[in-house]
Amino acid sequence: MSTEVQPEGQQDTQREVGLDGGLSDALVRTRRFFTKGTVSDDLRTLSMKGGRQADDFYRDRWSHDKVVRSTHGVNCTGSCSWKVYVKDGIITWETQQTDYPSVGPDKPEYEPRGCPRGAAFSWYTYSPTRIRYPYVRGVLLQMYREAKSQHGDPVAAWAHIVDNPLRARAYKSARGKGGLVRATWEEATEMVAAAYVHTIRKWGPDRVAGFSPIPAMSMVSHASGARFTSLIGGSMLSFYDWYADLPVASPQVFGDQTDVPESGDWWDAGYLVMWGSNVPVTRTPDAHWMTEARYRGQKVVVVSPDYADNVKFADEWLAIKPGTDGALAMAMGHVVLKEFFVDKQTPYFADYTKKYTDLPYLVALEAVAGGAHRPGKFLTAADLPDHAGEENAHFKTVLVDARTDDLVVPNGSLGDRFGEAGTGRWNLDLGDIDPRLTLLGPGAETMLVELPRFDNVDGAPGSLTRGVPVRRVGETLVTTVFDLMLAQYGVARDGLGGSYATSYDDATAPYTPAWQETITSVPASAAARIAREFAANAEESKGRSMILMGAGTNHWFHSDTIYRGFLGLTTMTGCQGVNGGGWAHYVGQEKCRPVTGWAQLAFGLDWKRPPRQMIHTAYWYLHTNQFRYDTFGADTVSAATGTGKLAGMSTADVIAKSARMGWMPSYPTFNRNPLDLADEARAAGRSVAEHVVDQLKSGDLRFAAEDPDAPENFPRVLAIWRANLLGSSGKGNEYFLKHLLGTDSSLRATEASESQRPQEVDWHEEAPEGKLDLLLTLDFRQTSTTIFSDVVLPAATWYEKHDLNTTDMHPFVHSFNPAIAPPWQTRTDWDAFQTIAAKFSELATTHLGTRHDVVAVPLLHDTPDAMANPHGVVRDWKHGECEPVPGVTMPKIVEVERDYAAVGAQMQALGPLLDTLGTTTKGVTYDVTASIDYLRAKNGAVRGGPADGRPSLKRDVHACEAILALSGTTNGHLATQGFKTLEKRTGRLLHDLAAEHEGKQITFADTQAAPVPVITSPEWSGSETGGRRYSPFTINVERLKPWHTLTGRQHFYLDHDWMTELGEGLPVYRPPLNMGALFSEPDVGDVGELGVTVRYLTPHNKWSIHSEYQDNLFMLSLSRGGQTIWMSDKDAAKVGVEDNDWIEAVNRNGVVVARAIVSHRMPEGTVYMHHAQDRLIDVPIAETSGKRGGIHNSLTRILVKPSHLIGGYAQLSFAFNYLGPTGNQRDEVTVIRKRSQEVTY
Amino acid sequence: MKVMAQMAMVMNLDKCIGCHTCSVTCKQAWTNRTGTEYVWFNNVETRPGQGYPRRYEDQEEWKGGWTLNKRGRLSLKAGGRWRKLATIFSNPKLPSIKDYYEPWTYDYATLTDAPAQEHTPVARPKSLISGKDMKISWSSNWDDNLGGSAATEKHDPMLAKIADKVKFEFEQTFMFYLPRICEHCLNPSCAASCPSGAIYKRAEDGIVLVDQDRCRGWRMCVSGCPYKKVYFNHKTGKAEKCTFCFPRIEVGLPTVCAETCVGRLRYIGLVLYDADRVLEAASVPDEHDLYEAQRSVLMDPHDPEVVRAAERDGIPRDWIDAAQRSPIHALINVFKVALPLHPEYRTMPMVWYIPPLSPVIDVVRETGEDAEDTGNLFAAIDALRIPVEYLAELFTAGDTVPVDGVLKKLAAMRSYMRDINLGRDPDASIPAAVGMSEEEMYDMYRLLAIAKYDERYVIPPAHAEQAHSLEEIATECSVSEYGGGNPEIFGEGSGSQTPLAVENFRMLQDRQTSDTIASPNDKAARVNLLNWDGKGAPPGMFPPKDADQHHGRGDEQ
Repeated sequence: MSTEVQPEGQQDTQREVGLDGGLSDALVRTRRFFTKGTVSDDLRTLSMKGGRQADDFYRDRWSHDKVVRSTHGVNCTGSCSWKVYVKDGIITWETQQTDYPSVGPDKPEYEPRGCPRGAAFSWYTYSPTRIRYPYVRGVLLQMYREAKSQHGDPVAAWAHIVDNPLRARAYKSARGKGGLVRATWEEATEMVAAAYVHTIRKWGPDRVAGFSPIPAMSMVSHASGARFTSLIGGSMLSFYDWYADLPVASPQVFGDQTDVPESGDWWDAGYLVMWGSNVPVTRTPDAHWMTEARYRGQKVVVVSPDYADNVKFADEWLAIKPGTDGALAMAMGHVVLKEFFVDKQTPYFADYTKKYTDLPYLVALEAVAGGAHRPGKFLTAADLPDHAGEENAHFKTVLVDARTDDLVVPNGSLGDRFGEAGTGRWNLDLGDIDPRLTLLGPGAETMLVELPRFDNVDGAPGSLTRGVPVRRVGETLVTTVFDLMLAQYGVARDGLGGSYATSYDDATAPYTPAWQETITSVPASAAARIAREFAANAEESKGRSMILMGAGTNHWFHSDTIYRGFLGLTTMTGCQGVNGGGWAHYVGQEKCRPVTGWAQLAFGLDWKRPPRQMIHTAYWYLHTNQFRYDTFGADTVSAATGTGKLAGMSTADVIAKSARMGWMPSYPTFNRNPLDLADEARAAGRSVAEHVVDQLKSGDLRFAAEDPDAPENFPRVLAIWRANLLGSSGKGNEYFLKHLLGTDSSLRATEASESQRPQEVDWHEEAPEGKLDLLLTLDFRQTSTTIFSDVVLPAATWYEKHDLNTTDMHPFVHSFNPAIAPPWQTRTDWDAFQTIAAKFSELATTHLGTRHDVVAVPLLHDTPDAMANPHGVVRDWKHGECEPVPGVTMPKIVEVERDYAAVGAQMQALGPLLDTLGTTTKGVTYDVTASIDYLRAKNGAVRGGPADGRPSLKRDVHACEAILALSGTTNGHLATQGFKTLEKRTGRLLHDLAAEHEGKQITFADTQAAPVPVITSPEWSGSETGGRRYSPFTINVERLKPWHTLTGRQHFYLDHDWMTELGEGLPVYRPPLNMGALFSEPDVGDVGELGVTVRYLTPHNKWSIHSEYQDNLFMLSLSRGGQTIWMSDKDAAKVGVEDNDWIEAVNRNGVVVARAIVSHRMPEGTVYMHHAQDRLIDVPIAETSGKRGGIHNSLTRILVKPSHLIGGYAQLSFAFNYLGPTGNQRDEVTVIRKRSQEVTY
Repeated sequence: MKVMAQMAMVMNLDKCIGCHTCSVTCKQAWTNRTGTEYVWFNNVETRPGQGYPRRYEDQEEWKGGWTLNKRGRLSLKAGGRWRKLATIFSNPKLPSIKDYYEPWTYDYATLTDAPAQEHTPVARPKSLISGKDMKISWSSNWDDNLGGSAATEKHDPMLAKIADKVKFEFEQTFMFYLPRICEHCLNPSCAASCPSGAIYKRAEDGIVLVDQDRCRGWRMCVSGCPYKKVYFNHKTGKAEKCTFCFPRIEVGLPTVCAETCVGRLRYIGLVLYDADRVLEAASVPDEHDLYEAQRSVLMDPHDPEVVRAAERDGIPRDWIDAAQRSPIHALINVFKVALPLHPEYRTMPMVWYIPPLSPVIDVVRETGEDAEDTGNLFAAIDALRIPVEYLAELFTAGDTVPVDGVLKKLAAMRSYMRDINLGRDPDASIPAAVGMSEEEMYDMYRLLAIAKYDERYVIPPAHAEQAHSLEEIATECSVSEYGGGNPEIFGEGSGSQTPLAVENFRMLQDRQTSDTIASPNDKAARVNLLNWDGKGAPPGMFPPKDADQHHGRGDEQ
């Protein structure tokens, strides 16, 4: 054995082993006499036994008094449980908990989760960037004090300042330029409350907004301000779409916001493609599943423009050109369709797609001039004489039964979801029906269809024609989605005609492997092989091929098309709804597992319904005036096959249109205070709906979106907590500074010329600056948002409060707990907003009292509203295409009573609406009276006042208990009840999924002890029953529960008017926007006096979670210590830049100063400025602007895709953070040059 | 035969994602304090890259570790002890702060305190050496993810030897991460370099420690350690190094770096070794034999003879049991997939590494062969994106044969398990091709892939009866005993040697209770880098040049 065998060759010398000489030996030997240790016989080393006094130093360092469980409520999906060490009341450091419930004996575990960012968090607690006291902008505070001494009343004092242009200008122009002074909580909150009261009274509650993202990371903290904002009638701004993390393809294809596998399910995959998702950096705690699954024989493929961190683990790296991912996905789809559907039949794929997708459904072809046809609308029961009279016939889709060759209307479409007739029929049970995928058969009639293409070198949209088999239904020509798919992907079959691809090598025909190579640089052979392997693995493993996709592919203007390419792959290969397979969208997809309970608290649904919820991207597109700099029309993105439905419109026009048709929400809604509107209606003796319709028709009342620059339509008060809008997510940072805040900016863009301006949105000659009256921020550290704020309130950190935390990356709910009490004058968010609410109500008693509010509500997903627009036809009442009918052709108009003096009391108690209306999530309504009783006992009841007898929400722990008690995922009784409700509609057994936990109520104490696995609930689409790993849509697949779509199946085809107009009815490749054509930016690769033009990407940072931690000295010490841009050695050489040189990046949107990191792992022509490095750390003055160099978003701006504004039609209906325009930012370019290396600050 | 027990670690580089969580948790727990700002007991290096401190592996420059002299005897590379003593006051082979990095912080308080001004406030970097504004030009992890590769590639000492194999071109990019702690060597050259006898190897578990009472700050250990894992605390004037988290290990807890490793790639356990054979193994003439020689010193804990000898030598029964269950033993001597880091330094390091495999198929497909075929996988190992030669320079003194063998085992494991994963019949020829049985391969898979907590870490608690005060929490010396209430010796103002946890605590408490941001202006000449708010200059970070300044305040203040 090893101790005995002397390797050959070691004994060949006669030498004596030993140290280097007799004298040394003698010296060392003497150490035996003056050390207490033992010198080894061979004199090598000294060893000691016992006598550990010398070690006390480290023992003492390792001592602590207690260890507290908490986590980090930063905007990250980690949801890791941590141990916070405390010694003598001081937080010393943190390490990870390892006590997650086991995944099973034969799988890796979730421990220890964590990342270096989280490990450095405790630094903030006592750091010099900690905000310890309330601060107010000095010039504002001084004016306020003066005004108050003059008027005596806080509200009058606030009005005195903001209603005077000079005074307002004075403090607004000082924003961001230092000069914050300390104030007391009393004074600061009084001023804030006065601002709310004044704004509501003068302009209306919908001129007030709140922004705080991602409830999952700290639900109670999110709910604090959201509850206050909602109760007073303010608008909560969305985040998922705004962050461009919402994959719009998900509602389009699945009718679902997003639902993805937990990371433990990667283990189940046999084939894993990481596509634009840099797992080690952005899913650090989960990355081990990927490394470990390889040992199980999983093949790993990475698609990434650069040698990203995850490429290290990949069996294959496809170095793709940025933004061309859709082309590769389409080519892979071409291969899969050809080899697994046409060249041979793959039973697993055929069965799956017939049952769970829209591939067999019939689509009518519309004749167009010149004899060609184009894909039109889904054939519905309304088109069939035998079925036309049925309930919701327009929303029941049709296919051909292969056994009888008859047209049939299967169960499970949207038409079965609502109404009496559909009861028990909303399911995917096909019975005896065998759906026919293709109409091709002997003697089948064929027809050429015209299909869009966007691959022209000059960017001009084009088209091509390809034949499909057809059949006649009455006068109508129809074909199947499958036949259209083959045509779109260019997979030829005999006898169809048209310009199909001749072979994989046909580089002229979309979407062959050779065609994609010219676009993506990925070798055609590799694209074909990966596609084949992906599908073969799915066939063999019954769906265990998975694509992890992330920001790298989802932050583009046309990301929905990229994603539909991906989903095409995972769906046609039967991977969706299968453990180990399907899409795994990982960017910003955080999952508030106890969603129902959180939603009641956050939106005050227990007291008032409906709340105001706004699409954030459109909000800032209008209110930061970025629409004025759009120098192209909305129809720029139309297809050659479009019919001009967007012609002549600007993007702002499209937003206004969507708002007035009730598709998307729009707050502020009208150009009048909604409180006054209610008064007017009352005075006129009619309902608010009648009044509003009448006023709109007469033109006396207009939508605010039609004139965003009128002072009565400005957003006036914005509260931000748990967020850093101006340092992180604010695309078009310089536009924010100039127009919203009214302070200095480095904006360089020119406004639209007269011919490019909106038609239906008013243009003011002079763009307003400083629209916002009050920017209030709660934070524990200084950020760009705090330094530009008027009032900054000191927040408790995550180690200083109670809260709840979940993610979709693991199935547990766990807790925050205070390791120490909030230090200095900091307060928890829950506490802070209670303080503000109490003060608000005090002032409101005299200034507002009880008023009535008119809330305009868009047509909502998961409600019958989704049937407002048959066939997705655009009908604009303003253009006389229909009558304005609230809830059908325009928003619903709802009157809400607001007792403003009672808001403080309402904040602190669970309100009575829950008793009568229950809760509703995704169309399932729950009776929660038992939970209310439980909470009354658990939390105690409020005594006296407007909330007398209601369960208390006074403390953050009370809020935690309420969330847990009101959600199916944490209350087994509700989960079971919800499934039983759903059983009635679907006629399928479901409640057994939750039965194993029916008696289980997870309490906050449970989450304090250890992370607790959640319960399978109808709130989500997957099942954890029996301890299996979570994968989305497993309930749909296994229990035949429909997706929330038109057909009830996963959609490849979308027949809405605007989807057709954009040429996106089917999956399609659309290249990145051409910024040269749109904005006259130079072309990528140009090298001139000003520098080299490069594609400008802002991926997630290794050293921060968004802007959090980028200022943390640990992270700065491990990185480059300040703002950086990564560029390739080749680009650097073009402009003489060396590693660590100061550089400037300039485009029309602004200026950035940073230092260069030059590396050969970067591809030529693309730079990475890792997102949200903020402006606070080592950012000097820019040479270009003479102002402080900007941040990553100084070079970006908002670009709104018109199709994201579709609403009111099946799965294309609005829900908050479900659907809306994305705040994409990836299509941008910039010029980079070396600047003087002597910088000033 | 003299059996001794050694606590050792294996890191599976194939799983390392380079996240640096280990570095941060270690630093937070141990070296977040004055005098050790630049000290990273645990760091993670991107390879290719220079490492930390820069080019530490270039022993022609630093003269760390051991060498064989002309007579074949083991000799400190920096020279014998006579030379050490002769040059004790002018140690020339010490990395300067530039080889580490010039530590800095920021004047964060400006963000809050800035008066009304023209521009947005910004926190600027301030050197912790001069106290002045600085342009940051190096950090503890500057070349992370190949940052600055064009400028720094030529400085990786490992690349010098295989320059023809590596091109820094986009298409040929490769990288991997190398997390490093002290090697707790069987033959520690730091200990041998110490003139004061302050560095010792704990008899029961082999952890190498610096006796803080005895250390006189000669810094010969810094030079002597070829891994540059002994650091000089500029405040106390003592050497400090990774302690293998002995207060945790003693109670059966893994080290902080291991337990917090989100890649789940670290293993801790005991190995038994024959102390009588260490010198002999460290002295084999051919560097390529060092890996095998070192492996041969480690004993088979299942061998009854070894067990008897171990009992004879006083190793407790539960420790022998732990050695038998040791993942370290399994990875080094059963599966033979772990390799030592730089065996050519002849210190017999006890932190071993499984080299990174990947990507394999990437290479095969270029040949047009079936990339999934096992035979092709093996053939591809020598054409990997990460050159085997580079790995061999790190782990086997340049001998590619052992590295090749490990990579083939990893590739075979994936291939073998894929059949099982997809429900096919397992193919026994795959493990056989790499000299393993199916059972062995499955066991290895379980240890590497499933890697349960109690299989990653097999740590027997220390025997309290054998050494006193081994408690994880030192109840002997509470904070108050360190001069309770006498502010002179606490916090930033203290000049004497305060137990560091106490100092940090006091300083933080000061900050928490003071009305303004704690400024060191009114304190003696020292600041804590990691908590410094940028006010005042921080002299005293390093020993003064002349004695006059030694006890006085820095002039800069």
